[in-house]
Amino acid sequence: MAALVKHIDRPVAIAFGFIVLLLLAGSLYSSSFLSANYLLQQLQVAAFLGLIASGVMLVILLGHIDLSIPWLVTVGGMMSTAAAGWWGPEWAIPFGVFCGLVFGIVNGLGVAILRVPSMIFTLGINAVAQGIMVLHTGGFAPQDHATDLMHWLAVERVILGIPNAVFIWAALGIAIVVMLKRTPLGRYIYAIGNQEGATCLSGVNTKLVIISCFAISGMCSALAGVLLAGYSSKGYQAMGDPYLLPAIAAVVLGGTHILGGRGSYLGTIAGVILISLLASILSVMQMPEAGRQIIYGCVIIGMLLVYGRGQKVLG
Amino acid sequence: MTHEVVTEAQAPLPHRATPFWQMHGITKRYGGILALDDVDFACERGEIHAVLGENGAGKSTLIKIAAGVVTPSEGKLMLEGHEVGFATPQEANAAGIVCIFQELSLMPDLSVADNICMANPPGRFGFINHRAQRRRAEALLARVGCEDVNPLELVKNLPLSRRQMVEIAKALGREPRMLILDEATSALTAADVGKVYGILRDLRRDGLAILYISHRMHEIEELADTCSVFRNGRHIETFAKGARSDNEIIRLMIGREYTQVYPPKPAHREPPPPALTVKDLSWGRRLKNVSLNVGKGEIVGLGGLDGQGQRELLLALFGVLRGVSGAVEVDGKAARLSSPGQAKSDRIRMALIPEDRKSEGLLLPMSVRDNISMASIGRFTQGPGGMFIDRARQDARIDEMVARLSIKCGDTDSPVGTLSGGNQQKVVIAKWLMTEARVILLNDPTRGIDVGTKQEIYQLLRELADAGTAILFYTTDYDELIGCCDRVSIMYDGGIVRELKGEAINEENILSSALNIDLNTGPNQPAAAGEPRA
Amino acid sequence: MSLADLKLRLAQSQGLIIAVVVFVLMFTLYIANHPAGLTVPVVTTAANKAVLLALVSMAQTLPVLTGGLDLSVGMVFVMTNCLASTLVSGSPLEVALGIVVVLLAGAAAGFVNGAIVVYGRLQPIITTLATGAVYYGIALLLRPVPGGEVQEDLADFMTWTVFDTVPTSLLLLLAVVLLVWLPFRNSVVGRGCYAVGSAEGAAYMSGLPVGRSRLAAFTLSGLLAGIAGLMLTFVTFSGEASAPIGGTYTLNSIAAVVIGGTSLYGGAGGAIGSIFGAFILRTIDDLLFVFDLPPLWQPLFQGVVLLGAVSLGAARVFRIRNRLELFN
Repeated sequence: MAALVKHIDRPVAIAFGFIVLLLLAGSLYSSSFLSANYLLQQLQVAAFLGLIASGVMLVILLGHIDLSIPWLVTVGGMMSTAAAGWWGPEWAIPFGVFCGLVFGIVNGLGVAILRVPSMIFTLGINAVAQGIMVLHTGGFAPQDHATDLMHWLAVERVILGIPNAVFIWAALGIAIVVMLKRTPLGRYIYAIGNQEGATCLSGVNTKLVIISCFAISGMCSALAGVLLAGYSSKGYQAMGDPYLLPAIAAVVLGGTHILGGRGSYLGTIAGVILISLLASILSVMQMPEAGRQIIYGCVIIGMLLVYGRGQKVLG
Repeated sequence: MTHEVVTEAQAPLPHRATPFWQMHGITKRYGGILALDDVDFACERGEIHAVLGENGAGKSTLIKIAAGVVTPSEGKLMLEGHEVGFATPQEANAAGIVCIFQELSLMPDLSVADNICMANPPGRFGFINHRAQRRRAEALLARVGCEDVNPLELVKNLPLSRRQMVEIAKALGREPRMLILDEATSALTAADVGKVYGILRDLRRDGLAILYISHRMHEIEELADTCSVFRNGRHIETFAKGARSDNEIIRLMIGREYTQVYPPKPAHREPPPPALTVKDLSWGRRLKNVSLNVGKGEIVGLGGLDGQGQRELLLALFGVLRGVSGAVEVDGKAARLSSPGQAKSDRIRMALIPEDRKSEGLLLPMSVRDNISMASIGRFTQGPGGMFIDRARQDARIDEMVARLSIKCGDTDSPVGTLSGGNQQKVVIAKWLMTEARVILLNDPTRGIDVGTKQEIYQLLRELADAGTAILFYTTDYDELIGCCDRVSIMYDGGIVRELKGEAINEENILSSALNIDLNTGPNQPAAAGEPRA
Repeated sequence: MSLADLKLRLAQSQGLIIAVVVFVLMFTLYIANHPAGLTVPVVTTAANKAVLLALVSMAQTLPVLTGGLDLSVGMVFVMTNCLASTLVSGSPLEVALGIVVVLLAGAAAGFVNGAIVVYGRLQPIITTLATGAVYYGIALLLRPVPGGEVQEDLADFMTWTVFDTVPTSLLLLLAVVLLVWLPFRNSVVGRGCYAVGSAEGAAYMSGLPVGRSRLAAFTLSGLLAGIAGLMLTFVTFSGEASAPIGGTYTLNSIAAVVIGGTSLYGGAGGAIGSIFGAFILRTIDDLLFVFDLPPLWQPLFQGVVLLGAVSLGAARVFRIRNRLELFN
């Protein structure tokens, strides 16, 4: 336990501190804020964001960024419901995630092989994904419904009243932590984030690592879309739009350096919970969308100013 | 901004009561590391003052303080008897102190004229007068003997040697009273080095104080009036030119006796089986039908003037270049040069110690341990499909390596960026030794490294060769070629013009081949493709 | 200037020249296939839409020159549009004051971006991602639902022509280039932006006020986005806090910058190239319309074009033969 505590960096500790603060502040506003039911509900919503943030974290660790999240989430949601309609319910989840994988690989190819800066390529892929979805739905709202399994995973709570979605997030999280700490791929990810040239010259197949991370990010976004569709019982246009900013914010607030090479998953967990709590408090206070956007932006800037700063440029 | 320029006779100025530039009790701490320890230092106008010392001796920190890049933790700086303090390089420049650093301060995407007049461009109300700027640039370029450079040309399109001359022109444009040069000639061609010597002598005559840092002893001998030796952050001794012999100087720098620089070469023996065979390697206009071979246990050197294709050859062998044609065999097996990963693979097992350790060889913020393990992670796996890293086994091997190479670091978890240059280079070498390479390529491995570490590296290379590794290395230092190598291949214009063996490896032969001159018959015709001249 | 100098200048302006040529070809194709042909209404409509994107692209160019990227430029555009729909109406004095306030608001938004990047030492991408949300929120506060008004005569003038031939919007663009961009480019601060983008460490060592140049780039960027927002109000006669519009303009501005030959890594290029990049993008949209592409396919086509444009412009892989250079 002591070893675990030693390894928590400052940003992560601060993030957890803020979580406690927010919980206290929220409890002042409404007494039910600290109830088990409410907290579990927060975790459930956080799980969706957590899935997305997990994938994005890997990409950010590499020193890149994935701005195609909004429409890849939508792709996951709409393609899974569509597959249920075309081929049967057992195809829904696999196909949704598969579409995310394909887009993710394309992202990876553009960044690793064509060497287009990731922020631009993924922005472009976002637009292309949107175009494909518009074509698919014929411009109208999608008609297909989510499968029972999707709904069960997203909404039901089977063990101890903990939402299933949280278990999915936990499973993904454990896999990622193990990967980052114990496997060669994890070492390479940090190395590339630090200095891609030196990593390549050490004989590492950096292209494969980059493509893998974008592929995982695509799958995570799509999976989140699948679950979101399960939550609302259908996929809908632009369902991923509200998740881009919070996902990146969560990763960065959790102490992962925006330029890559540094960061731990524990921080991402803290960041996700923090952002979700913030969103929930704002909706409880019935803050209009305008106010929410402003507060989001200010909170991100504020917290980054506290501990996310870069080095002053020296000779 | 004009300064009074004092014209003097050739002899250095007599020492006045107050030296031009003084540093009193200067101490600089970086966290727990003491970069400078209570240093007293002075230099005069009208003299070239050389600063000598190993890497980590404190020279860089000393001049960074003088140039305003860092501030001292303790101590006083005095300019002409008045105490001064510089918070930024700008302030130092305003006081007349200009520094030319090892890393160039040029903006590659901007023109030569823009770069030269970056800090103080001619013009009014914040606008730039381009014509006046161009005239100023042309004048300064003429002063450094580079009239052929068009001021409108973008710096990134100039060869490295020209860029360094532009850097010098830029420094002169600031009208310095004290000029500091930190390894400023490392990238220059021989002709340009001569020009720089001339400029420095002119500046000395004009009464500038000049601080000169270099690892090249022959430069120091050529130029310096006074020398100061630093060691471990302390000022050891200052003496006039000629007062100390080379050996004494090196002893002062290292602080211990040493007589022999190079480990002995093995006695003449049968030509060993080839480990690396290169046939007709070509790449654009930079490599033309290069053929050579390196035997098991041999150390083969690449010599010749800078920029004749030596670097490109090593990069091509390691799979970094695209569009390379020709055949390469390692231990008799054909090698496809498509990526460093391929070159490193078990089948081939090549290693490359790259040119710039900071950006190509190391991950500076990561730990020593992570850096040493980076090329060989695949060898230390366990679990299904080799999915997980076997930390215990890997750490044991890393500790062995650190001990074997005597790498001085706090502990293996400290970031590699905190190590001195020589130790950093050892980490790079350790990384590749972990892969048990058959063929090791080295790209100027001892550049910018202190004398002590150089010796350790020479020793290590000979040990590796004796154990059967084939070594091919490129160096700009003739002494190294003569002292370390069993054979030397001289490159000229992308091809190998001569191979030297045994007794034939001497400075005369190396130089003449480098200039593509046959000592018997005069300058050669361009070499026929692929044929080395005996 | 001697012949050698001329040759150098031409070689250095390759990107811009290609952009201009491509635009001229495409626009000719458009006019040739337009049922009405080269008439004043056709050219004016095309010009109005193109100038909007051109201004936003100019705004994007400035931070890109310093080596950053501004993801909030579309939101500043939207925000100033909403502000203008509230203020730019009434008596001539009120209108003039309104215009000044709108422009100041744009500049202030840019200044805030720059201040956070320079003094807060945060990365531009994450900063502008966050401030974009804030500006969008402000836009929503100003215009929860689309609406508002703008001085009609002024709007008519700005969106029509001068002397019945030259679109006013083009003259506005020309004025911005002559009065804002060119002086900036020739100033010490402006050159500082190029220096910072090219080699920030070296710029600092050369005694350049790195922070000041960056701040100026972002502030000017906000001002240009503000001019664009004002123009949008003249074109649509209203203000709308639309996140999709903001996002689309941001993405398109990045593509325009790339097409126009400005390097995304900083240090090279210019706003004039971005203008032609914007013109090319708009002409592509017009061409889609003229060639009767089914509306359902348009978003996909536009997405692919954008992706292709930024990829070609930013992909260095085809020109590099030494893999090491790819990592710089």
